[in-house]
Amino acid sequence: MRRVFRGSGVLRASALIAITCTSLASLTSCKRETRRLRESPPSATPGGAVRVSSLQPGVAQDTTHARNLYEGNAYAVSEGQRLFNWYNCSGCHANGGGGMGPPLIDDEWIYGAGPEQIYTTIVQGRPNGMPSFAGKVPAQQVWQLVAYVRSLSGLNPASTRSARTEHMMYYPGSQALPMETSPKQAFRPPASEMP
Amino acid sequence: MLLLQTLRGAPNQSVLESSGPLADRVESLWWFAFATASIVYLATMGGLWWAAARARRRERQGEELPPDGERRMTRGVTIAVSATVVILLVFLITDLTVGRTLDPVPRKHPITVELTGKQWWWDVQYADTSAQGRVQTANEIHIPVGQPVLFLLNASDVIHSMWVPNLAGKKDLIPGYTQSMWFQADTAGDYRAQCAEFCGLQHAKMALHVIAEPQAKYEKWIDEQRKPAHTPTDSVADRGREVFLTGQCAMCHSITGTSAASHNGPDLTHLASRRTIAAGTLPNTRGALAGWIVDPQQVKPGTHMPPNQLAPQDLDALLTYLQSLK
Ligand code: HEC
Ligand code: HEC
Ligand SMILES: [Cu+2]
Repeated sequence: MRRVFRGSGVLRASALIAITCTSLASLTSCKRETRRLRESPPSATPGGAVRVSSLQPGVAQDTTHARNLYEGNAYAVSEGQRLFNWYNCSGCHANGGGGMGPPLIDDEWIYGAGPEQIYTTIVQGRPNGMPSFAGKVPAQQVWQLVAYVRSLSGLNPASTRSARTEHMMYYPGSQALPMETSPKQAFRPPASEMP
Repeated sequence: MLLLQTLRGAPNQSVLESSGPLADRVESLWWFAFATASIVYLATMGGLWWAAARARRRERQGEELPPDGERRMTRGVTIAVSATVVILLVFLITDLTVGRTLDPVPRKHPITVELTGKQWWWDVQYADTSAQGRVQTANEIHIPVGQPVLFLLNASDVIHSMWVPNLAGKKDLIPGYTQSMWFQADTAGDYRAQCAEFCGLQHAKMALHVIAEPQAKYEKWIDEQRKPAHTPTDSVADRGREVFLTGQCAMCHSITGTSAASHNGPDLTHLASRRTIAAGTLPNTRGALAGWIVDPQQVKPGTHMPPNQLAPQDLDALLTYLQSLK
């Protein structure tokens, strides 16, 4: 009996590694998979107010709202993708490529790429033609839209990006293998054109 | 008998309660298969019992096995296998024949309904080329008794399947591809249809009511449906209308005659005329409506309608308005 065990030391070790890996993988994938169907909107203070600065007068309050809980969650991102069409964002931004509104798949942001900045853009609108969706879209769905908009330019984890679409993507096939170069490097303009 | 009663299930959603020419044929096929299978089952069980009894008897009397046992066994097995093949062939042929008689759409079909499957409800449109225009509704189809109705089936997200067991067989709704089916109801009734192709979280709560009624009653219904929504006359309902049009609701729902024209969710122009809400999940009562609007995720977790936080008086006004949409 003992000899059998001794003989299969390598086997045992690899089994152990396999078990550890799968359990680790399932642990990390939980957050990616969870479908948060019923919840009070995360990371939003009541009334949808969002802090865009960490500086605060008086006693500092929690600013965790700024970190969009949905970002690491594949379900939320795909919901955001559906809503992007339902609320006709695609009517002005095409499928992220830009139309009468600016493109969202590049890494140029007029009003900032942070989750709370995009949240503010959607809820309050922006002066040159971006409508305000305040009171028209519940905060929870705005956060899903934020997660999706950020996924368009590869700002959230690749594992959560929603299914491949036929439309423009920042880099081809969001479910494709991770690129060797980061999108930022890949699309950096030549030095002469840098500001 | 008890077994049959269980098989039959609910009378308004059962293959064994056929109420139209197509379903009649499906039901006969079902009975034919049931009868054949029962005979085969009884014969097999009888044969088994007989063989066991004979073996026991032989053992008790110390009999030898007959010398040509091997040959006799081969013969028996051959007969049984051939019988099985013949029965299966007969099944195949009757099945194909019934399928063929169901398929062709009758040339005379005065009504065409465009049915679109969505996660997790049914969009219903009566294609009407006359001047009065089309009729759009959801989760409820009215048809006149004794007339064939043509259905054009499509889906907007994933594959669904239309199945009204009392009236017809199943047909899939496939995104981007229009299929057709038809059926006819011979007796008036409220027949329940169910999505028969797994389509996600709320597949089980995706029902459709097919209401067959006499011609005159049907015409009255369709005339009502053609009209734009009722405009409220009292102040509470009027406030409800305002809540609807200025809030989240109008981002997803349409009410003809108002500025709400989004088709992400069911059309609500004549909501109050429907028997159920949320694809047959709840009765269309004031309480159920309130529960649904405030927290749809409680009723159908995962459904594409978000919770709505409304001030109590706004909710009350909204309900009054929705209930006035006869
Ligand atoms: C009526 C057309 C229109 C619609 C609809 C629309 N947008 Fe915009 N959007 C614009 C325009 C125009 C701008 C640029 C505004 C500016 O420069 O002041 C913009 C800006 C933005 C920005 C900021 C981009 C940056 O570079 O900072 C984001 C993010 C955005 N929109 C997301 C959305 C989302 C999400 C939706 C749907 C809920 C949406 N938009 C719907 C026209 C639209
Ligand atoms: C994000 C889009 C969306 C918003 C916003 C929305 N709904 Fe819905 N609504 C839906 C969808 C999708 C369904 C179908 C759900 C199902 O049956 O699974 C639905 C179903 C309904 C139904 C049941 C209709 C039927 O015949 O089955 C009613 C009533 C309703 N909504 C009322 C409202 C009201 C009132 C509001 C505003 C307070 C509202 N909805 C906001 C998407 C929305
Ligand atoms: Cu289904």
